[in-house]
Amino acid sequence: MIKCNRQGPVWIFAEQESGKLSDVPLELMSKGRELADKLNVKLTMILLGQGVEDLAKHLAAYGPDEVIYAEHPLLKDYQSTSYAKVLCNLIEKYEPQIVLYGATAIGRDLAPRVASQMRAGLTADCTDLQIGDHEEKDGTVHKKLMYQIRPAFGGNIIATIINYDRWPQMATVREGVMPMPEPIGSNNCKIITEKVHLSPEDLALKILEKHRQEKKVNLKAARIIVSGGAGVGSRENFKLIWELANSLGAAVGASRAAVDLGFCDKDHQVGQTGTTVRPALYIAIGISGAVQHRAGMQESAKIVAINNDPEAPIFQIAHYGIVGDLNDVVPKMIKAVRERV
Amino acid sequence: MGYNCVVLTKQVPDTKAVTAKAMKDDGTVNRAALPAIFNPEDLHALEEALMIKDQYGGTVTVITMGPPNACNILRDAYERGADRCILVSDRRAAASDTLATSYILSCAVRKVGDFDIVLCGRQAIDGDTAQVGPQAAEKLGIPQITYLEELVSLNNNHIVVRRNVGNGWELVQSKLPVLITVIDSANVPRSPAAKRIMKYKKARAAIEVKKEIAGENNADDPEIAKQIEQKCNELKAKGLLIEHWNLDDIDADLQWCGRDGSPTKVHRIQAVVLKGEGHKQFEPSEDGVRELVHELIEEHTIG
Repeated sequence: MIKCNRQGPVWIFAEQESGKLSDVPLELMSKGRELADKLNVKLTMILLGQGVEDLAKHLAAYGPDEVIYAEHPLLKDYQSTSYAKVLCNLIEKYEPQIVLYGATAIGRDLAPRVASQMRAGLTADCTDLQIGDHEEKDGTVHKKLMYQIRPAFGGNIIATIINYDRWPQMATVREGVMPMPEPIGSNNCKIITEKVHLSPEDLALKILEKHRQEKKVNLKAARIIVSGGAGVGSRENFKLIWELANSLGAAVGASRAAVDLGFCDKDHQVGQTGTTVRPALYIAIGISGAVQHRAGMQESAKIVAINNDPEAPIFQIAHYGIVGDLNDVVPKMIKAVRERV
Repeated sequence: MGYNCVVLTKQVPDTKAVTAKAMKDDGTVNRAALPAIFNPEDLHALEEALMIKDQYGGTVTVITMGPPNACNILRDAYERGADRCILVSDRRAAASDTLATSYILSCAVRKVGDFDIVLCGRQAIDGDTAQVGPQAAEKLGIPQITYLEELVSLNNNHIVVRRNVGNGWELVQSKLPVLITVIDSANVPRSPAAKRIMKYKKARAAIEVKKEIAGENNADDPEIAKQIEQKCNELKAKGLLIEHWNLDDIDADLQWCGRDGSPTKVHRIQAVVLKGEGHKQFEPSEDGVRELVHELIEEHTIG
């Protein structure tokens, strides 16, 4: 636990693996800037690893006030205990009032370990962050706290969480919910390097093998997504979804139910446990629209729903709807799309 | 030989079962209409522990923290093969956030003692935070391996695990003791065995016995108290008394429990209301579909 330092900076943990930055810390830049400006404090990116000086310079181009980086051979591969130790030491030194992490496999492994060690609060999987006041039942008012806004209860409620006394205020933020910025080029960003003291005992695990593959499907970048659900019926029939997507130059998405039933690979999954998308057009076919799915696509600019159940919840967030048998409607749609040229 | 596994579990409302029936007229969810279930990934953690026991010997102890009603998942755990089940229940633990919860669970694990592997599901479906596992590991001062998809080997107090990190996987080795979080692709949880169901459906915690026997009556009435004690002794003799620990039993420091022990507080809860602004409907006919495509082109949604 650190003291509540109102001058403390806003930190973003700049997750990297093998010299490659994760998307989320960059997605967090504009939100981090907004929070820091409202609090009138610095925005700082924290980078740990081995040989990451160039990455630190790269981060500086996105416009934080500072980049603090710490290098050590034992930080080459991410491990919970070593990274948590270094990060906790830095938090004690700089007393940031806010620390943000991406809600990635690493972020969700590291942040709770740090929170426990610091005895500080942590909110998982936030979709938004704001600055605001909080009044306790006894009338005590806490000014300018970070509102940590997240879906809970399977997406059925939106909770706003605060932490007024056991700082830093920490949150992990979902991938893809905030827009990716462009580098702004030169600025007055200060780059600071920190010394790290680690010994082999700080590494609890031995990493024997490591395999990474780029996701084959980039749903986040797609302008149009054609998504199929359980209603599509079979992997064979899912070809209809692919065909419509091809005719539109769209990416293929799927609901969790469709993935669980084996109609489509997990890389295509849209929703709370899959990818969060915000395309210009989202066509939901045979998807009933469980909250978990809606959480991952409701920010789409236009939503078309095709379902044989007029009561399906998906229609409540759709802009356009067709109630009908998808086996009948989708081929007609492919035809109409092809004929337009 | 063998390994002592402790499995941390949670009873959760089945948030995946939000059907039209569970929706209120205002578009929000009627939580009371959702069934309480064994948190799905915790079932996979239990299965992993049972598999370790099957292969190497040892014990499987299951802990849950929650109201007395959470005994339902402990009975389920017994029926699937657990050796020992413990309910951690205390009013002073109410309103615990993930940090306070992991502190309380770590105290319970310490009281169990002599553990080699602590397992839990990656996350619970009511909060989806995935924080309790890593936080409990830190509180216990042991390493964590998150997202276990396969236990590759276990010998000489070393464990090798394949963890799924979303965009790939890695093989990691740890010394014991270690805390492991398990994902749903790790295994297929076994069904409860018929014989064990017959036996363990009768398992009760003392607090449940008290409620069943006393009902609306005063449980302190000497006659009723005697009945309760007798029943508990009977259950105990048959190995059917579910242990119930409160915060004193596990030597928990109250400043780290419940509301006071929780750094995060709820500022506001909003029910998600489906927008329901209405949508433009098209006929499922050739003309209807054509009109829709035309409209999408007109508004430059598709080019």
